[in-house]
Amino acid sequence: MTDLLDRKLLFVTGKGGVGKTTIAASLALLASQHGKRTLVGEIDAKGNLADFYETGPTSFKEREVAPNLWAMSMDTEESLKEYLSLQLKIPFVARLGPLARTFDFVANAAPGVKEILTVGKFLWEVRERHYDLVVVDAVATGHIAGQLAAPQAIQELVHVGLVRDQTDWMLEILGDPAQTGVVIVAAPEEMPVNESLELVDRLRAETVVDLAAVVANRVLPELFSRGEEEVFEAIDDPTRTPPGAEVLAAAVGGPVRQLLDGAELAVKLRRTRAVHLTRLRTELPPGTPLLYVPYLFQRSHGARATAQVAAHLGEELGF
Amino acid sequence: MASRKKAKVSTGSLEQLLAAKEIVIHCGSGGVGKTTTAAAAAAMAAAHLGGKVLVLTVDPAKRLANALGLEEFGNVETRVPPEAFAEAGVEPRGELWAAMLDTKQSWDDLVRMHAPDAKTRDAILDNPLYKNITGRFVQSHDYIAMERLYEIHASGTYDLIVVDTPPTRNAIDFLEAPERMADFFSSRLLRWLTVPARSRVLSMASKPFYSVADRILGSKFLEDIAEFFLLFQTMYDGFVERAHAVTRTLADTRTTFVVVSTLESAPVAEAEFFIDALEDHGLQLGAVVLNKVLPGWFLDAGTTAAAKALCSDADRLAAALPADLGAADQVARVLHEVGESFLNFQVVAKRELETRAELSAAPEVVASVPYFDHDITDLAGLLELGQQIWR
Repeated sequence: MTDLLDRKLLFVTGKGGVGKTTIAASLALLASQHGKRTLVGEIDAKGNLADFYETGPTSFKEREVAPNLWAMSMDTEESLKEYLSLQLKIPFVARLGPLARTFDFVANAAPGVKEILTVGKFLWEVRERHYDLVVVDAVATGHIAGQLAAPQAIQELVHVGLVRDQTDWMLEILGDPAQTGVVIVAAPEEMPVNESLELVDRLRAETVVDLAAVVANRVLPELFSRGEEEVFEAIDDPTRTPPGAEVLAAAVGGPVRQLLDGAELAVKLRRTRAVHLTRLRTELPPGTPLLYVPYLFQRSHGARATAQVAAHLGEELGF
Repeated sequence: MASRKKAKVSTGSLEQLLAAKEIVIHCGSGGVGKTTTAAAAAAMAAAHLGGKVLVLTVDPAKRLANALGLEEFGNVETRVPPEAFAEAGVEPRGELWAAMLDTKQSWDDLVRMHAPDAKTRDAILDNPLYKNITGRFVQSHDYIAMERLYEIHASGTYDLIVVDTPPTRNAIDFLEAPERMADFFSSRLLRWLTVPARSRVLSMASKPFYSVADRILGSKFLEDIAEFFLLFQTMYDGFVERAHAVTRTLADTRTTFVVVSTLESAPVAEAEFFIDALEDHGLQLGAVVLNKVLPGWFLDAGTTAAAKALCSDADRLAAALPADLGAADQVARVLHEVGESFLNFQVVAKRELETRAELSAAPEVVASVPYFDHDITDLAGLLELGQQIWR
């Protein structure tokens, strides 16, 4: 499964709250640790990608945040400037002033323009072979299909002009599974699983992009094996004489009721989520790599958490 | 964020808030349980306060539709059958209605309402750009949600409307959506953009823009855009007036906002940002609902000592337990797991407590919902959740 990181461009998406940025940051870190020159970019300019590496804020101009690892934030206006100067050889970008205001407006109004400037920037980094791998912390599941379909939408709407010409090479890279793939992050809960499965269908129907992998994030650990669960239930059983909890409390010399309640809660949470996890596993297209990342019991997010998740992903990928 | 007043004591309850308001808007980042919380609050209001209560939601889980006793719900409001309450063992004092926001449908309705004549209406509805914009233009969801809310409220059909907002990248987007829509229609840029369709003669000011835009996008596409906006401009007056009315409704004293969050760092940051934004916009923060909160007893000192004992002394403790519980090594493993699990969850509970202390600085009402160990599948489940936040 190591070939996930052999692709050139990964779009990481997921329903809000599932840890999409965590996974994007960790995948990029993992690749860089294995010697790949990696760029990680967040599409949401107000995002918090930088927090995951505990470096300063990121901007459109990429910055090295770790050996082999560069980070940047998307800014469509900057992307337009770069696009005009590098690709169309339009030299006046320095005087974009009044145009910039117009741009924001046209970009909002003309469908696909903002999207193509976003996706196009990353595709361009791939085409120019600036990096071995580009990881994109992309938009959430509800919007990713529209974003990835932008080059096709532009082709349908715009019949001539330079933008039209640009979409050809973009579609070539986007549609090549050896180069480009989507990683969907799901948490083992109902809505994230629903949205992930819906997105799998939408990607196939509306875009040319391949589904590279699905990550099940924050999977709670199995507390007890089957035999152990029976032992736990016996200890917790108030009808036994003497009740296990009482004997235990006496042996410990302190309260144990809430210890047992806590374990019960952990078991039940795990069980409720297992249903959704099973649904995810069985309803994904056969052969889709499914990577598990455990729930991390820790104080906060940050560089340490990112490194831990990267290590788990590395294990899942067979490094 | 520094400007916020610290440590205000909670004085009210969600019950009082819902009894006093006509519109209650739930917001917060994705995945925090906004939709479920809104549905639970509406169900509680219908059950205990009476009147006609509507929950207007964006994209409910099928499970939630089922929980409300509905097969599916659409743009048209549907009444939750009284039998659903009966099954939950509750005799409701009022009626509960539910509707889901259908963005495309709502836009079409809006165009039908504001288009000056049938010809313009059809030209807009058939325009390929219109379809693209209403479907993809992310902000269009935000605007239409507020627009639909305004329409329903103005109809005077409901005593209380509980709203669940669309998952926006920034929760604040939809607060600004009506004004942005008004700006959009009254902007000079829009008039500028429609120039080529009205006249081939370009002003000196706009010429450079068009020559570049022409090269990049092609003149046919520009003409399509221009035609679309020209058509849309015919609806200018109606639209702008409407957008202002929507904004006034949001700021009305009969409207309040409930911020929903879990105690994870990203949603909390979003919630804090949103609370400040409400203040900046002169809008009323009614309550903060904290979802999926771990029980406070995970922080109990005596139990913590016991958990540590289980981890470090599992073998001795296992030997002290009745032999018929299981093999000694297995019992020891179970005790160790129990202790370790408690300490693991305690780390999270501690983090939650700190986050909560930061957040509770702002609102009058802070309610928390414990971590439910099961999914909500019926009205009884929604009401059970509702009970947690009600008083």
